[in-house]
Amino acid sequence: MPPFPIYINGLGNISPQKTLGNQTFLEEVVGCETNILKCQEPNYRDFVSGDLVRRMSRLIKMGISASKVCLQDAECQNPDAIITGTGLGCVEDTEKFLTCMIKNNEEFLTPTSFIQSTHNTVGAQIALMLKCHNYNFTYVHRGFSFESALLDARLQIQEGDLSNILVGGIDEMTNNSFLITSRLGHWKRKSVNNLRILESGTKGSIAGEGASFFLVSGNKTSRTYAVLSDQAMILRPRGIPEVITECTKMVDQNNLSMKEIDLVLLGLNGDCINDKHYLQFISALPDSDQGYFKHLCGEYQTASSFGLWLASMILQRQSVPEVIRLKGKFNRPIRTILLYNHYQNLNHTLALISRAL
Amino acid sequence: MADKVYITGIGIISAIGNNVENLEKSLLAERSGIGEISLFPSIHKGKIPLAEVKLSNQQLVELCGAKSDRFLTRTSLLGMIAAREALVKSGVNLEDGYKTGLISATTVGGMDRSEGFFHKYISNPAKGRLRDIVNHDCGDSTERIAQFSGISDFVTTISTACSSSANSLMLGARLIKSGVLDRVIAGGTDSVTRFTLNGFNTLMILDKEGCKPFDENRAGLTIGEGAAFLVLESEELVKKMNKNVLAEFTGYGNANDAYHQTASSPEGKGAMLAMFKALQVSGLNPSNISYINVHGTGTQNNDLSEGIAIEKIFGSAIPPFSSTKSFTGHTLGASGAIEAVISILAMKNHCLFPNLNWTTPMKELSMQPIKKIMKNVEVNHVLSNSFGFGGNNSTLILSKP
Repeated sequence: MPPFPIYINGLGNISPQKTLGNQTFLEEVVGCETNILKCQEPNYRDFVSGDLVRRMSRLIKMGISASKVCLQDAECQNPDAIITGTGLGCVEDTEKFLTCMIKNNEEFLTPTSFIQSTHNTVGAQIALMLKCHNYNFTYVHRGFSFESALLDARLQIQEGDLSNILVGGIDEMTNNSFLITSRLGHWKRKSVNNLRILESGTKGSIAGEGASFFLVSGNKTSRTYAVLSDQAMILRPRGIPEVITECTKMVDQNNLSMKEIDLVLLGLNGDCINDKHYLQFISALPDSDQGYFKHLCGEYQTASSFGLWLASMILQRQSVPEVIRLKGKFNRPIRTILLYNHYQNLNHTLALISRAL
Repeated sequence: MADKVYITGIGIISAIGNNVENLEKSLLAERSGIGEISLFPSIHKGKIPLAEVKLSNQQLVELCGAKSDRFLTRTSLLGMIAAREALVKSGVNLEDGYKTGLISATTVGGMDRSEGFFHKYISNPAKGRLRDIVNHDCGDSTERIAQFSGISDFVTTISTACSSSANSLMLGARLIKSGVLDRVIAGGTDSVTRFTLNGFNTLMILDKEGCKPFDENRAGLTIGEGAAFLVLESEELVKKMNKNVLAEFTGYGNANDAYHQTASSPEGKGAMLAMFKALQVSGLNPSNISYINVHGTGTQNNDLSEGIAIEKIFGSAIPPFSSTKSFTGHTLGASGAIEAVISILAMKNHCLFPNLNWTTPMKELSMQPIKKIMKNVEVNHVLSNSFGFGGNNSTLILSKP
């Protein structure tokens, strides 16, 4: 898609760190050694009425709360579209219904968890809460889920009809999900402190989850955090040189050079095999400062949405938190950030984010 | 940028035929694919009918020429077969340098295998074969279809319940119109699973006698399975390559009912908005629509809500309409694409397919569906509805080229 800038005008981020309020910015961070980073959850009664709080599943509550904070942040009452991305959807409900179905041999089942297990539930519940009759899509494609939602939003704004779009990346980590993915070799075998995952040098990373929402618009306002200029999604690249080529093309199309990338945020997750690709990639950006974020949010299919939140905050505040710094001098104004992430070397994504001038 | 989007190829596998030709024969012969559960053990066997694709997983593997089904879910296999047929029929050469995307849709994903994994896992977390769970997510079948088809420029998956594959088609058209892609293979796939069978059963919206859409005595839907893909190409590409086109994709719209997680609003607000948007995009008036392929699941709620919405949009001039779900069952995420293919076949054959199992008009509505197949009919513009849980309402309009 030809470069088309959209403005990030609101943020709402529920994550394993204290990120929901947008007031503080990673001054205090959570360290833990369970290899699973669970979200810091708000008091849901601040966002959802009493009787609903009891019945609603956790992921839906996270989604509703984060999106409400986001909309308030952007001073937007009713978005023109609601577009969500999720890798696995409402896992808790899926597990609940499956367990019941198996244990009771298909009898005496109740529908609530089946209903909530459909992947578009979060987007639907947000629409219900806002009485929003507008466009509502959900993308469920691994490490492309969030980027697909973002691309759709950019396309909507370019098409000209819509001006304010709520976009979110959301996934939950349940105990069963963690156990099953442990068996698949996703996580560290030994207990590791999340803040030191890059030191381990072993296979596996740490599990995470989050609900990161953005209000994007074709209009710049006084609340604009950053400008998302462009993005790229590469499926199963033959090698990192292919990713570098796509990146160079994208940067070039935006009338920039690789030298002008002030900061590159990398989806390093502590898995020595996984991280090799990032180390190869950054050889193409020798002049850029480097940062990382999955030690704060963990690894999950929509983790790049946490990365976008981070980029937006950095650009607005013009400050790079100590805890995300990987390498570099960090002594220059941050005009342009490149966000590079991949999920299991299947879905590689790039995003070019700039300062809103 | 492109102004028009054309459909140059279709592929399908369903309860009434394993390819377009066989599906077409069943439609013309008014032959339904609803029958007894055979694919998995269930206490509902003999009690609740399903519309299964009449091939085992092993037979699907042989049909698509895959080496084994070690990692392939039924959802993937159905999708691979349908996507290949569409590509072959469209004559597309994927090496021609044009940007080609694949947009698939699914609601069950790999659940046909992961529910088997879970069965073992529940009693002992160390049990269950990992190859049955690693393909659980919705993106898995899409990536398998992409690899099988040789598509990699752009690949994604939509999951919005029963409107999923209608939404795939919509996104495909928009990506072509904006110049992001020249060509998109768009559609969806879903297989029958114990999970969905029991899920819908607990909602008490399954008709034990098979669905009777728009009938006063309807008692629910019949779950089906299948896959369909359509090759969408830009006007420029079609002209350059002098391609044969099956239809023009003239209109589309998505709206949210925002009324209830599973039930549709009594006034059918979301449905109305979706139909209105699609008509707006197409530039057509309601009077131009030759036939409506309704969502028509056969549930008390959908058919009434949809009927009221149709009456509001079309007034007293409601075009002939039918639900083809009494042929194919409700194929969930695949239904939008399956019914788009059926709509194209209606145009091709100059005929309107009937709403099987219908006997009694709904007392709240003035409209009655097509009861017997109608031949020698000029079918110029077809409107197709797909409405999903979460109030996700989508409408497509397909036109004779």
